[in-house]
Amino acid sequence: MSFNPLSYMFGDSSSDQVVPPKGNAAWLTGFASGAMAFIAVFALTLSLAVGRLADYWSLDLARSATVQIVAEGDGLTAQTEAVLRVLRTTPGIQSAEIISKSDQYALLEPWLGSNLPTEGLPIPQMIDMRFSAIGPDVDSLLLRLEAEAPDARFDDHNTWRAPVLAASQRLRLMVALSLVLTAVITVIIVVLSAHSALASNQNIIRTLRLLGARDAYIARAFVRRITMRATLGAALGMGLAMAAVIAFPSPPETSGLLSGMRLSGVDWAYPFLVPVLVGISAFATSRIAARYHLHSVT
Amino acid sequence: MISLKNAGFSYGANAILKDVNQELAAGSFHFLTGPSGAGKTTLLKMCYLSLMPDSGALEVLGEDVSSLSREQITQMRRRIGVVHQDCQFLNHLTIRQNIALPLLVAGKNIEDSMENLEDLLSWVGMLHRADAYPEEISGGERQRLALARAVIMDPDMIVADEPTGNVDWEMGQRILTLLVELNKMGKTILLATHDLNLIRSIKGRVPASVLRLKEGQLSLAGAQL
Repeated sequence: MSFNPLSYMFGDSSSDQVVPPKGNAAWLTGFASGAMAFIAVFALTLSLAVGRLADYWSLDLARSATVQIVAEGDGLTAQTEAVLRVLRTTPGIQSAEIISKSDQYALLEPWLGSNLPTEGLPIPQMIDMRFSAIGPDVDSLLLRLEAEAPDARFDDHNTWRAPVLAASQRLRLMVALSLVLTAVITVIIVVLSAHSALASNQNIIRTLRLLGARDAYIARAFVRRITMRATLGAALGMGLAMAAVIAFPSPPETSGLLSGMRLSGVDWAYPFLVPVLVGISAFATSRIAARYHLHSVT
Repeated sequence: MISLKNAGFSYGANAILKDVNQELAAGSFHFLTGPSGAGKTTLLKMCYLSLMPDSGALEVLGEDVSSLSREQITQMRRRIGVVHQDCQFLNHLTIRQNIALPLLVAGKNIEDSMENLEDLLSWVGMLHRADAYPEEISGGERQRLALARAVIMDPDMIVADEPTGNVDWEMGQRILTLLVELNKMGKTILLATHDLNLIRSIKGRVPASVLRLKEGQLSLAGAQL
């Protein structure tokens, strides 16, 4: 006879009557699964946020660079015009625009605060450029800039983007690892609670065997109860975590990682997988644990 | 029904049963008596397949127990009703649900057996307590509940271990009467007891024999009752 997990779980609901509805293992399974689901949903949200940030850094910033000109008076004006001319005539550069002083002050505001007077700050002239898909030949561009505007400094975003990208990928790996650890801990808790439930109900198991119950019947009763508790606990934990994510303050887009701590579009579907996966793992592990336990007890 | 041939059982180095030989015919009534620690419960456990003999041969309901698979043992247990002195119930289920438990674990439809269930409750005088929980009933009621649960699957044999041990004389007689009725219906009864008055009280009601266990040996004690 082939094993059908759906029939096993939902076929004969009368079998789990034999398991007492209360007990230490009952709240332990539900609470632990709920806590693990809560952590898993947060880790998942963080993972999605890191992913979005990495995408932003890898795509958006890869096609842009800035030129800083540190000069004064007429020299600054002449070199700015020279740089713009060079950039606008270089193949692979789509656009080159001067960043206005007010925009530069606005960029400094998150670091310096809004109360500090920035008018007198000696800041360089900045020029923002966007690359085409192919991009410019950077080496020859540097040579031309050096010749036309000696005080200009080319700031390729790739120089600082690469380590940040590597860090974000490492962070994503850590989050994935924490998700795996959460899953492992959940499995361990389910196995322990299955053993605890079976050990604390030895009299019931003995009585059921005496009445002619098969071990498979007894195992099914415990497995169904443990799976239901774990799934319900995980669903509750997921609900609380999602409520917390929804209630998370929405900082501006420029605030990096924090701006990504939200769910949107298809992201909303992922947390719903958590209780499903908890249910499946609870079912599989508690079934193995129950069969092992019953086989070892005569 | 039950055949023991040189059957023995030991707990470690402590031999409880030694070369026990006995035949219990189908439909017979037997008392099993003997001093405490003589091995009465061990012998009964062997009869309801909770223990297997270390040596010799045991046949229960015509089957050699040494050749039975786990599944076959489970099937055999459904044909043997067991009543203990300290019978275990599922305390979160009602009396009615506890009696129906053997049907539930055998995968039978309880709705189909409701009439039988009500008759059984009435037979053991527990109909008015059907919705109570095991912790709410007295020792005598627990024994009758255990008896009702033991017979709901219409077993071939009833094995009772001191079923009157914790109840007064009147309740003991009531339980014995139920067992006598079952024996008259063709069930084989094997009843372990210390109570000689209980054994004597069966005289003239059904033919019964008294088996005495002493120092690991089983013998027929006295005349047929």
